[in-house]
Amino acid sequence: MVFEYAPAPESRSVVDIAPSYGLFIDGEFTEAADGKVFKTVSPATEEVLSEIAQAGAEDVDRAVKAARKAFEKWSALPGSERAKYLFRIARIIQERSRELAVLETLDNGKPIKETRDADLPLVAAHFFYYAGWADKLEHAGYGTNPRPLGVAGQVIPWNFPLLMLAWKIAPALATGNTVVLKPAETTPLSALFFADICRQAGLPKGVVNILPGYGDTGAALVAHPDVNKVAFTGSTAVGKEIAKTVAGTRKKLTLELGGKGANIVFDDAPIDQAVEGIVNGIFFNQGQVCCAGSRLLVQESIQDELLDSLKRRLSTLRLGDPLDKNTDIGAINSEEQLARITTLVEQGEAEGAERWSPACEIPTSGYWFAPTLFTNVTQAHRIARDEIFGPVLSVLTFRTPDEAVAKANNTPYGLSAGIWTEKGSRILAVANKLRAGVVWSNTFNKFDPTSPFGGYKESGFGREGGRHGLEAYLDV
Amino acid sequence: MSDRLSVFKTYKLYVGGKFPRSESGRVYEVTDAKGKWLANAPQSSRKDARDAVVAARKAFGGWAGATAYNRGQVLYRVAEMLEGRREQFVREVSDAEGLGKSKAAAVVDAAVDRWVWYAGWTDKIAQVVGGGNPVAGPYFNLSSPEPTGVVAILAPQESSFLGLVSVLAPVIATGNTAIVIASEKSPLPALSLGEVLATSDVPGGVVNVLSGRTAEIAAPLAAHQDVNAIDLAGADDVLAKELEIAAADNLKRVLRPQPVDDWAATPGIDRMTAFLETKTVWHPTGSLGASGSSY
Amino acid sequence: MPTTAPHALADVTASGSTLRRFLHGLPGVDAVGLEARAASLGTRSIKTTAKAYAIDLAISMVDLTTLEGADTPGKVRALGAKAVHPDPTDRTTPATAAVCVYPDMVATAKEAVAGSTVKVASVATAFPAGRAALSVKLADVREAVAAGADEIDMVIDRGAFLAGNYLKVYDEITAVKEACGASARLKVIFETGELSTYDNIRRASWLGMLAGADFIKTSTGKVAVNATPANTLLMLEAVRDFRAQTGVQVGVKPAGGIRTSKDAIKFLVLVNETAGEDWLDNHWFRFGASSLLNDLLMQRQKLATGRYSGPDYVTVD
Repeated sequence: MVFEYAPAPESRSVVDIAPSYGLFIDGEFTEAADGKVFKTVSPATEEVLSEIAQAGAEDVDRAVKAARKAFEKWSALPGSERAKYLFRIARIIQERSRELAVLETLDNGKPIKETRDADLPLVAAHFFYYAGWADKLEHAGYGTNPRPLGVAGQVIPWNFPLLMLAWKIAPALATGNTVVLKPAETTPLSALFFADICRQAGLPKGVVNILPGYGDTGAALVAHPDVNKVAFTGSTAVGKEIAKTVAGTRKKLTLELGGKGANIVFDDAPIDQAVEGIVNGIFFNQGQVCCAGSRLLVQESIQDELLDSLKRRLSTLRLGDPLDKNTDIGAINSEEQLARITTLVEQGEAEGAERWSPACEIPTSGYWFAPTLFTNVTQAHRIARDEIFGPVLSVLTFRTPDEAVAKANNTPYGLSAGIWTEKGSRILAVANKLRAGVVWSNTFNKFDPTSPFGGYKESGFGREGGRHGLEAYLDV
Repeated sequence: MSDRLSVFKTYKLYVGGKFPRSESGRVYEVTDAKGKWLANAPQSSRKDARDAVVAARKAFGGWAGATAYNRGQVLYRVAEMLEGRREQFVREVSDAEGLGKSKAAAVVDAAVDRWVWYAGWTDKIAQVVGGGNPVAGPYFNLSSPEPTGVVAILAPQESSFLGLVSVLAPVIATGNTAIVIASEKSPLPALSLGEVLATSDVPGGVVNVLSGRTAEIAAPLAAHQDVNAIDLAGADDVLAKELEIAAADNLKRVLRPQPVDDWAATPGIDRMTAFLETKTVWHPTGSLGASGSSY
Repeated sequence: MPTTAPHALADVTASGSTLRRFLHGLPGVDAVGLEARAASLGTRSIKTTAKAYAIDLAISMVDLTTLEGADTPGKVRALGAKAVHPDPTDRTTPATAAVCVYPDMVATAKEAVAGSTVKVASVATAFPAGRAALSVKLADVREAVAAGADEIDMVIDRGAFLAGNYLKVYDEITAVKEACGASARLKVIFETGELSTYDNIRRASWLGMLAGADFIKTSTGKVAVNATPANTLLMLEAVRDFRAQTGVQVGVKPAGGIRTSKDAIKFLVLVNETAGEDWLDNHWFRFGASSLLNDLLMQRQKLATGRYSGPDYVTVD
């Protein structure tokens, strides 16, 4: 007898998506100056969810002007008043979290289990955390009278749309800046719902402006001369372009970019938890996570045992309808991303790595990729070097801790790493040598508003979260 | 007073703990504020820059891995050695910057004191900018600052010695290694500082001093894929922009030039934090005990 | 003492030191990770047909238990009747797996379930403390078996285990196993709440299986912390790995503290996604429980009628 889980879909009726949305500028929803619009689809079904106004350079200018105008009063507010706005926002997000979780799952394709249990709680917590900083900045270690920078231009990715918005907007507002934020073109909806939350919270107009659009909208925002601060999360290639754009200006820049995180499993690891950590490390959000543990470095002596366990575990992953509460693996965010994953995986096969996926039924519409494991991978393979940003794990082996560290660090990236061993001194020694901004030992993919997040090397600079996250928005 | 003919000093670069001439064989004339010839300084080439990066990278692991206490001892030793050669540096600074004896002496004293200041910072900065984070879960979570890596420094053009020390000391105090481009016009105090560093227990390669045309040396450094950060203190706006664009290729941390009215003023910690990364390490603490088996 | 360890691991039990080395060489358990995995499986949403299947499966896995000083033949007979026909109003309701009683009630229980599929399990070996001479424990077992017990639920000597005297625990289990004879299946209770660490629970699981346990069981139900999703998950990993190494399948029985259908279904999800479907059968998985059955019955009625049931519509025993 087989224990088949019946469909357990989360109700879509908690969210009411309008047929169209405008740009959110100066407290009002408005059409783009040139009237351009684009469609946002559900990646799980390819259903069109809504039609969205597409901001152009003129709209960017209007939004920056609105933010500039709002800055004067907003930055002059007592911190305790700014705090209360942010606390309000945090509370409204908690109240509306089911609605936002369903919305995010529809627009992004990630499982409801994740939006409900990870994204939304973290979003609310982030606002709650930074709300508390707003009237305590003089105690944050950035001088006795730390000043905001002005207007922040923020460009965020599609993998955690609302969470990345929170990471950008919460510290910016707490420190007294005003913002113009561009959500990703494939996931604009939660940011537009956030605009409504700002309205409910009574946030003064112009403090938050939301400009949906494509890369050119982001480029116009980043290049706008009256922007004082640029914050970007996304690919390393675009990050480099932005760094060039702001060169020679006084704009303060923080970048949170790609990664190729090594997850190092030693032979004395707590093996069952390591398997969970590996799975979480690369299949959380379909692997579309900059800090994913996309390279598994396993000690040769336990390779077979670990891979057997891992394959058995992957066979229990449930891929399908993201709104089903039992879905572990949702849809890939876009056709474009699916194509990129497919190309890299084909290249991995062509280069001689061994590809494996569990038996897994793929839905007929929408963008999907089965959880995939590559063995016989070497450092020279492209799948061991390039960020795939998909549910694809490259397995490499090592013999000694030195070799593990050398291989882990052998990448232009430096965002995350994992260490699995029951030996405390080995954890500390290896963590010390890893060139990565976040090191998870005997755990993986844990996030918290109090915990600074960000990379070394080409994974970007600046930290988001914690006391450290304030620096990006203060004139220090 | 005899008319003894003095012995001139041949100024050399300081790279990897050694004192090479420029690989290019070029020198350029260095004069005092009034235009009087002081010495010929090596005019470094891109290959000298490349060699300096190799030396700095090689030295990085050991220096970053040294205990903070040890780095503090070494930086304090620099101050001690400098104090002993105070007269020489007063003369060189006086010549370089056209300052009277007492003003030059004040500058050198301030530079010595700066080494002492940063010597004391090495084992405190982690406590000031790092710390535990109270995450909402059964995890130990600690953020610590770590050195960025190899840092290229364009030393200030005007303040050839105090300015130089003020940008160099914070970089190496935290465990970075440095390639510093001396003031183009007044490189001699910087080159002499190399001699002090060589006798101060600073491991070879931790500081590498190049003299020459700032723009010529800085360009390959800004573009170098194995340099992690660049301090543009000694660049003008045009050069700074060019270098910042080049630096974007491997996402170097860039410290833009900032107006400094008075190098003698007490520095904040910004020049240290500009070249620090934050590493955050998580580990489970054991469960909250709800299940009875908490360990 | 004849060794009953499966061939692949026969060397392990050669001496106290080899046994100790083996048990301490098992992979460690990270408590937070284990509990997070158990909690995550606990978020599975089991609805409609899956729920109906799970509830009937859970009912069929219940070892309906009474282990009170105040137990009487009347009480045991009522329990037996309930085990055979858990819901008198709906004869499609499956019988429970077993009734679980003290040794002196075995004969009564046997009579009460006669003619049904329901087994009689008896706790033995100086349950629940396990503090008695081996001869007394073995006599306890033999009498229960002689009275017709199909299954023996023994407790290990936690004192010996915590003192590191693994061979003593091993020998005791093998002796009890022998006393069970060919007819009775042996469940070995670790009293996980007293073992204190997950590493100990994993070691005890392997120790029990090496010694020939047919089932490994969490708890007596008599201490503060009994079955939890995490310790059951850990034991499911152990039986899974043991079978992979030796080919021998061992059952798992969480006992104590499982009171609601929702809880029971979470445990079935653990079984399904850890040990796998081979264990989704009352030959390999049991719930040691008493009040759980009524909640399962009320949920079953709810599914059948669409209305929420109440305690007046299930039998109170």
